[in-house]
Amino acid sequence: MTSTSFRKNLGLIATYALWIILTVITLLPIYWLFAISARSRVELFDVGNFIQTTFYAPNYLEPLTDPVFQRYLINSLIVATSNALLVSVLAVLATYALSRWKLAGSNNIFFWLITNRMAPPAAFALPMFLLFTRVFRIGQWTMFDTRIGLILVYCVFNLPFAVWLMKGIMDGIPIELDEAARVDGANRWTVLVRVILPLTAPGLAITFILSWIFAWNEYLFAASLTSVNARTITTGLAGYISVTGTEWGQMAAVAMIATLPALIFLIFIQRYIVMGLTFGAVKE
Amino acid sequence: MDSNRTGWGLLAPTLIILGVMGLLPFLYVLYISFFDWNVFSASGQMEWAGVNNFRRLVFDSAFLGSLGRTLLFTLLAVTSELILGFLLASTLLRDFPGKIVFRTIHALPLVIAPIAVGATWRLLTIPGFGLAPYYLDRWFDIDYNIGRYAEQAFFTTLAMDIWHWTPFVTLTMLAGLTAMPKEPQEQARVDGANRWQVLRFLTIPMMMPVIVTTVFIRMMDALRIVDEVFMLTGGGPGNATRYVGIYIWRVVFPQTDYGYGSAMSLLVLYFTIVLAWLLFVALAQVGNQQSSS
Repeated sequence: MTSTSFRKNLGLIATYALWIILTVITLLPIYWLFAISARSRVELFDVGNFIQTTFYAPNYLEPLTDPVFQRYLINSLIVATSNALLVSVLAVLATYALSRWKLAGSNNIFFWLITNRMAPPAAFALPMFLLFTRVFRIGQWTMFDTRIGLILVYCVFNLPFAVWLMKGIMDGIPIELDEAARVDGANRWTVLVRVILPLTAPGLAITFILSWIFAWNEYLFAASLTSVNARTITTGLAGYISVTGTEWGQMAAVAMIATLPALIFLIFIQRYIVMGLTFGAVKE
Repeated sequence: MDSNRTGWGLLAPTLIILGVMGLLPFLYVLYISFFDWNVFSASGQMEWAGVNNFRRLVFDSAFLGSLGRTLLFTLLAVTSELILGFLLASTLLRDFPGKIVFRTIHALPLVIAPIAVGATWRLLTIPGFGLAPYYLDRWFDIDYNIGRYAEQAFFTTLAMDIWHWTPFVTLTMLAGLTAMPKEPQEQARVDGANRWQVLRFLTIPMMMPVIVTTVFIRMMDALRIVDEVFMLTGGGPGNATRYVGIYIWRVVFPQTDYGYGSAMSLLVLYFTIVLAWLLFVALAQVGNQQSSS
């Protein structure tokens, strides 16, 4: 063996060693979460017993059969899905406008959008809460503790994200395609549906999935803008630590349930996650 | 081109929603910050206070301490993540069997809900049945209890953030490094530059736009951290991990001090905007240098 190929192999071994350690570091907390979710109260304190061989199903079954928790889960599903749909549709319309029309001040609008995404939610929780409980009301009905309220609030961070991501994709579609279709007699709407939408479909799918994950994962607004009816799974999870005599096993099970959909989505979008998380600023 | 009215019409729903949900709350918080308003006070009504809330803020050592801790946390977290992410990305530049699997597992924490990350780390570090206290005590004889020791709690939140967000930096750096032209580096090596010089004078300057974008996004998110820390430590012990988001939350909701909470929110917003603006300027300068050279 020559010394260069020896050094090369050594480098490869070092790389493997590094990534195996990293994988263990990444998975260990998640594994422990799973282990706790599979343990009964008695088994919980047997920490030295690292390998999980039993599965204590009531940790999962109790929340899943509890009507309150079921409501949280359904609320999360409805809010995340509606929000992601709304955001995707609005982002397509908005970026179509920004990309195909020369609107006065559209650059400023574009940058104003992103400032919404960067605003700290803790600073906005109070005015939102006050607006929802006192201002946004029709007779007895207030926007506080409604799913529609959460769906609209989540637009504050998802819509700017979606517009930024879709803008790059929309700009990438040559305007000649629009013009060719227009010459053939298609109107603006037909161009959007028949020409633009099919071409943006992959980007739109990423936008939808990432918006869905962000909405599903959101906690602070859900905690401050809901009380009973519109609570989501993240607030349900947080609820476990404020109660005395916490059911740690159940809390772990709920955390596992809350994590699962995002993990499934990760498999589909892992190639695009960088573009998504940087609003299209960094492309792979 | 047909009339701009259609264009504005398409943009209108987005602008209206963000106007009502983004701009209006900002104006409202600005308005409230000039009032004394605590629902549990004697009157419970809004009373004009001028700039009193802001005056109080400047001398509120608890709040300023919280702001300082948040900045320290952000600085340490983002710096560590940047260095780690850059190093990890550079090991992923060449192909080796299993790379995709390692990369996918590495990206796992990115999609987990912050509140679930907090729950996960809580169960990892909880005295009694957490892995960390058990093995630290057994193997290293360290008394690890983040419910009791402030420094341990601070560094645990830091470790959690690094665990959660280093993958993000790794992936952006990897994207940047992969997209970078290779010829200048190779040429420099042929001309006798060593690895360190290539990194210092070629790779890092060429990566600047990606680095600044990454730092920008990470910094904004680190400054407003709430969910994970709330789940892990609840801001304690004492005020060791009571970062500014949690601090505001406590003033606003349990204490219902709306006027003062608004002033705090504004100050945090101001800090965030100033930092964002500084980074934007930095990014623009980097862009100029590259286009002129």
